[in-house]
Amino acid sequence: MERSPHFTADLAHLPTSAHGPRSTTWWGTLGFILIEATAFALAAAAYFYLMGQTETWPPGQSPPDWLWGTVQLVLMLASLWPNLWTDRVAHADDLRRVRIGLVVMSAIGLLTLVVRAFEFGALNCRWDDNAYGSIVWVLLGLHATHLITDVGDTLVLTVLMFTKHVEPRRFTDVTDNCVYWNFVVCAWVPLWALLYVVPRLV
Amino acid sequence: MRARAPMALLCIGGLAGCERVRHGVQSALDPAGHQAGRIADLWWLFLAVLAAVYALVLILLLVAAFRPRRRGRVPVGSAFPQEAPTERRLTRVLVAWAVGTTAIILTLTGFSYAVDRDILSLGHRAELTVEITAKQWWWQVKYDDPVPNRSFETANEIRLPVGVPVRVILKAQDVIHSFWVPNLHGKTDLIPGRVNETVIVANREGRFRGQCAEFCGFQHANMALDVVAVPRAEFDAWRESQLAPAVAPSDEQSQEGQRVFLTSACVMCHTIRGTTAASRVGPDLTHIATRPSLAAGTLPYSKGNLAGWIADPQRIKPGSQMPVTGLSADQLQSVLAYLDGLK
Amino acid sequence: MSARDTSARDSARFIRRDGPALGEAETHARLERTWATPPGLWGWLSSVDHKQVGRRYIVTAFVFFLLAGLLALAMRMQLAGPNQTLLTPDRYNQIFTMHGTTMMFLFAVPVMEAFAIYLVPLMVGTRAIAFPRLNAFSYWVYLAGGVMLWVAFILNVGPDVGWFSYVPLAGPQFGPGKRTDFWAQMVTFTEVAALAVAVEIIVTVLKQRAPGMSLNRIPLFVWGQLVTSSMVVFAMPAVMVSSSMLIMDRLIGTHFFNPAEGGDALLWQHLFWFFGHPEVYIIFLPATGFVSSILPVFARRPIFGYTALVLALFATGFLGFGLWVHHMFVTGLPHLGNSFYTAASMAIAIPSGIQIFCWLATLWDGRPRFATPLLFIIGFIVIFVLGGLSGIMLASVPIDSQVHDTYFVVAHFHYVLIGGAVFPLFGAVYYWFPKFTGRMLSERAGAWNFALFFVGFNLAFFPMHILGLIGMPRRIYSYPAGLGWDDLNLLATAGALILAAGVLVFLGNVWHSLKYGLVAGDNPWGAGTLEWATSSPPPSVNFVHIPVVTGREPLWEEPNGLAAVSGLRVDQRELLLTTVVDAEPDVREPSPMPSIWPLLSAIAVTVLFIGSIFTPWAVVWGSIPLAVGLIGWFWPKSPPDTPEPVVE
Repeated sequence: MERSPHFTADLAHLPTSAHGPRSTTWWGTLGFILIEATAFALAAAAYFYLMGQTETWPPGQSPPDWLWGTVQLVLMLASLWPNLWTDRVAHADDLRRVRIGLVVMSAIGLLTLVVRAFEFGALNCRWDDNAYGSIVWVLLGLHATHLITDVGDTLVLTVLMFTKHVEPRRFTDVTDNCVYWNFVVCAWVPLWALLYVVPRLV
Repeated sequence: MRARAPMALLCIGGLAGCERVRHGVQSALDPAGHQAGRIADLWWLFLAVLAAVYALVLILLLVAAFRPRRRGRVPVGSAFPQEAPTERRLTRVLVAWAVGTTAIILTLTGFSYAVDRDILSLGHRAELTVEITAKQWWWQVKYDDPVPNRSFETANEIRLPVGVPVRVILKAQDVIHSFWVPNLHGKTDLIPGRVNETVIVANREGRFRGQCAEFCGFQHANMALDVVAVPRAEFDAWRESQLAPAVAPSDEQSQEGQRVFLTSACVMCHTIRGTTAASRVGPDLTHIATRPSLAAGTLPYSKGNLAGWIADPQRIKPGSQMPVTGLSADQLQSVLAYLDGLK
Repeated sequence: MSARDTSARDSARFIRRDGPALGEAETHARLERTWATPPGLWGWLSSVDHKQVGRRYIVTAFVFFLLAGLLALAMRMQLAGPNQTLLTPDRYNQIFTMHGTTMMFLFAVPVMEAFAIYLVPLMVGTRAIAFPRLNAFSYWVYLAGGVMLWVAFILNVGPDVGWFSYVPLAGPQFGPGKRTDFWAQMVTFTEVAALAVAVEIIVTVLKQRAPGMSLNRIPLFVWGQLVTSSMVVFAMPAVMVSSSMLIMDRLIGTHFFNPAEGGDALLWQHLFWFFGHPEVYIIFLPATGFVSSILPVFARRPIFGYTALVLALFATGFLGFGLWVHHMFVTGLPHLGNSFYTAASMAIAIPSGIQIFCWLATLWDGRPRFATPLLFIIGFIVIFVLGGLSGIMLASVPIDSQVHDTYFVVAHFHYVLIGGAVFPLFGAVYYWFPKFTGRMLSERAGAWNFALFFVGFNLAFFPMHILGLIGMPRRIYSYPAGLGWDDLNLLATAGALILAAGVLVFLGNVWHSLKYGLVAGDNPWGAGTLEWATSSPPPSVNFVHIPVVTGREPLWEEPNGLAAVSGLRVDQRELLLTTVVDAEPDVREPSPMPSIWPLLSAIAVTVLFIGSIFTPWAVVWGSIPLAVGLIGWFWPKSPPDTPEPVVE
């Protein structure tokens, strides 16, 4: 049989999970954020492109009503605070507080979905009216898909934190989820401007 | 050894190409117009420069692979030193190579820009305007004139006077097509919802062939057009004759043919100016007998081909918009006589 | 040391990890038990071993290559002479569409991904790819997309509007039925798979490298795959957005591409080519990785110009995103814009030229031995450079205005794709076949393979340059006699048949060598990178001990054997994460066991995607089984960390 190699270091002391860029899931989350951000950027570019092709914008409809979109904006920006708190307590492996944070974030998430439903109703256009209607629905729909998946993820994590499956990896899952929620909120800010402000400026 | 094979192929290919490039009715290397001429010149320049670069790379490859070198076992691992002088020398050559590549690229780009500007400048001197609307799978051609009743339509054919730039307005009604007459100029797309424009000019007489160059569906392969360059006087005469309404049928068979034409499905799609047939769905047939070809360049014009086309267009150009007309043999003969008289 | 880590609490005598205390034989046996995929069908369906998934990808991609190649032969037979009627226009239009679509989406990108999936973890010295279950999932999704498309084609509802599917031809008005929808949804399948693999590769390369493999010691193949994966992340969303918009226009009445309601046909082209141009570099850069791996071994000297080659990869990756409008030079866009894209398209020749120089220099300063892999590399240089030079011609707007959409372009892209990707790919197959299978391919058959490919390819495609210049447009099912195209077309068909003969020789070689090929040892070629430091084929765990790397060619640096690190568990799947820049050991990461959930989730995704071709409600209802699949996937299986059992 072969000889053992020369061992230069023993790594038994290394941890088996870590928060942030030391873990693979953080990078995986970052990868998916970049993919989704590119998709948003391209859809936004398509919005400007179609705007440039049309004389008036919106062409014949009124812009989406302010109310629900702005409620969404305020709600999402406000949610950053409990999100950051949850991230912090997850870093500290504080199970009780993490449970509270996740329940709060789940509730907020479900609320954003309800608001999103009202936003769709207040767009003042249909996706099959014209190119403007199509791009508006797609932009809002693309972001809605992110809301749905993130809220789903948060709900599953919340349930998990109340089961016997609590282990160090769960806490890093929570911090990764917080990072993703930050992205979902940050993506909404320019989208809100695109949907609600830009048609009123041009 | 290994590089000789491609060299030989290049020569064979070149020889095979040479005789064809001298004469071609649809060839970018047989320019008959100003722009095609400048583009061909540019292409030959690029070919010369890039072929020289290619030859250099092949020679370097041959040398690198087969140059004689010292024999003996080559140690591997840390005992395998990378001689610093060789590395330094190679690095210097690399820098020179990169600089050389950049220089060549810049030069070629400069020439390209120059030709681009030159061929664009022709637009200001256009004296005639032709408007093409591309449809699946034929070309509707309208000769514009400031005086409205001196405009006329034809199909699948452009005649132009030698030496006179013609502005071509490009529209599409259904899908994207591309207008390409290689002997005269590069291609420009016709895109639904947009209006494009190009300019063509012929430097010599001749008959050239253009073809749609953007896949547009079923019969994209059979969407060609004839471009005929003639002296100015001949063009003016042609223009006048095209402006005139259809020749009235003189003999009995032709008159019967006209009657059949005007009472059957033909009038659903075709115009014959001077009669009640005024539909613009299909090509204008007012002077069909003067055209070099039929069905967008699919068949040369002849009475026999016209007969075959009318009798069963789906056999010749399956999927084209012209349906089988279901005329009887007698009806077909009379319609033929009529149409063949539309000069 | 974190208090969460149980090892601190447990006494050392209860832990079994690799290291000096455990003998070699015992380590091998325990690791094989831990890392092996269960035998039988269930194991095959639930495998998360990147080597098994990588092999599946390679075999599947080659099947698609053969199918698309048969389509090419059909086209060449139809075009061998004027006015032939072997194929009807409809069938021909489906065939050329399927040929391009299959080659680009189902062969070229997936096969490069496949080699990455198999080789990158081995080359960086780790035990698994990052996110192994996602990897398994991506294969099933890719397979489903390819099968769906081909079933549609066989049932005569295959797409027929070209591999880039321009609107309005592909739109609801002029493309009735479901043909184009199958195309667009296949794109969604393959892009999901490609994006997943891209993320896995990036994370594997950044976080899972062996200790000591700092950034400047990463093999060029791995650099190439890292840059490629980054390109995938930024390019693929464009085609997902555009193909989704197309499906929506066709299915639910949106107007993205409908000029009558404010849409624009050119929006499709911009979005598609924003993806489409980087796509060809996504195919080419991994092939440069093949070249950079094979050349040093057969020139018997380390690659010249490592830094320049890495920079060239990055430069190509960036520049590749700034060229796409050169596909649209004749659409009537403003001339000033076109000039910018001419400059960018010319500029990308510079990093490519630098790469060519470095490879030539390596060969020049080395001592070449002409085994089959090197033959294919030489063929690559001869063919790819010619293709690159015709690309410089195409970058010029005036020249492009003549040869765009003609056989000149067909010649160009086959020269760069077959020369630039397929030749290195075949070289890679001959080079790594011993590692994958434990057997050598026949050198004699390999030489014939190469010769038939080289002659056949040039005979088939060189005449097409001339055909384009003398007027032959693309995508025509037949052409009239008398235009001077007949002889050159016949020559091209003859070349295609010779090329096909080369493929047959290759298949025969593979078939025969799997059974009767010379048994290869760990490192039959005497190469320097880490995949050759383990057995052929590698054990399930890849490396019994995680090696320590001290140079760019680790096996050449340390001819007396590599040092290793110890302390990883042998009774649970564990691999080592290191720091991004210097690859210092950082975390012991658990790796997933085989799982059926990736397959189940892929089935759910397939139902959702195919359903949404027929009704938008499939998105709603289909997401329920998908959610179930994903939750099953991520739900933890076993109770949290318990002290390991004592094993004597």
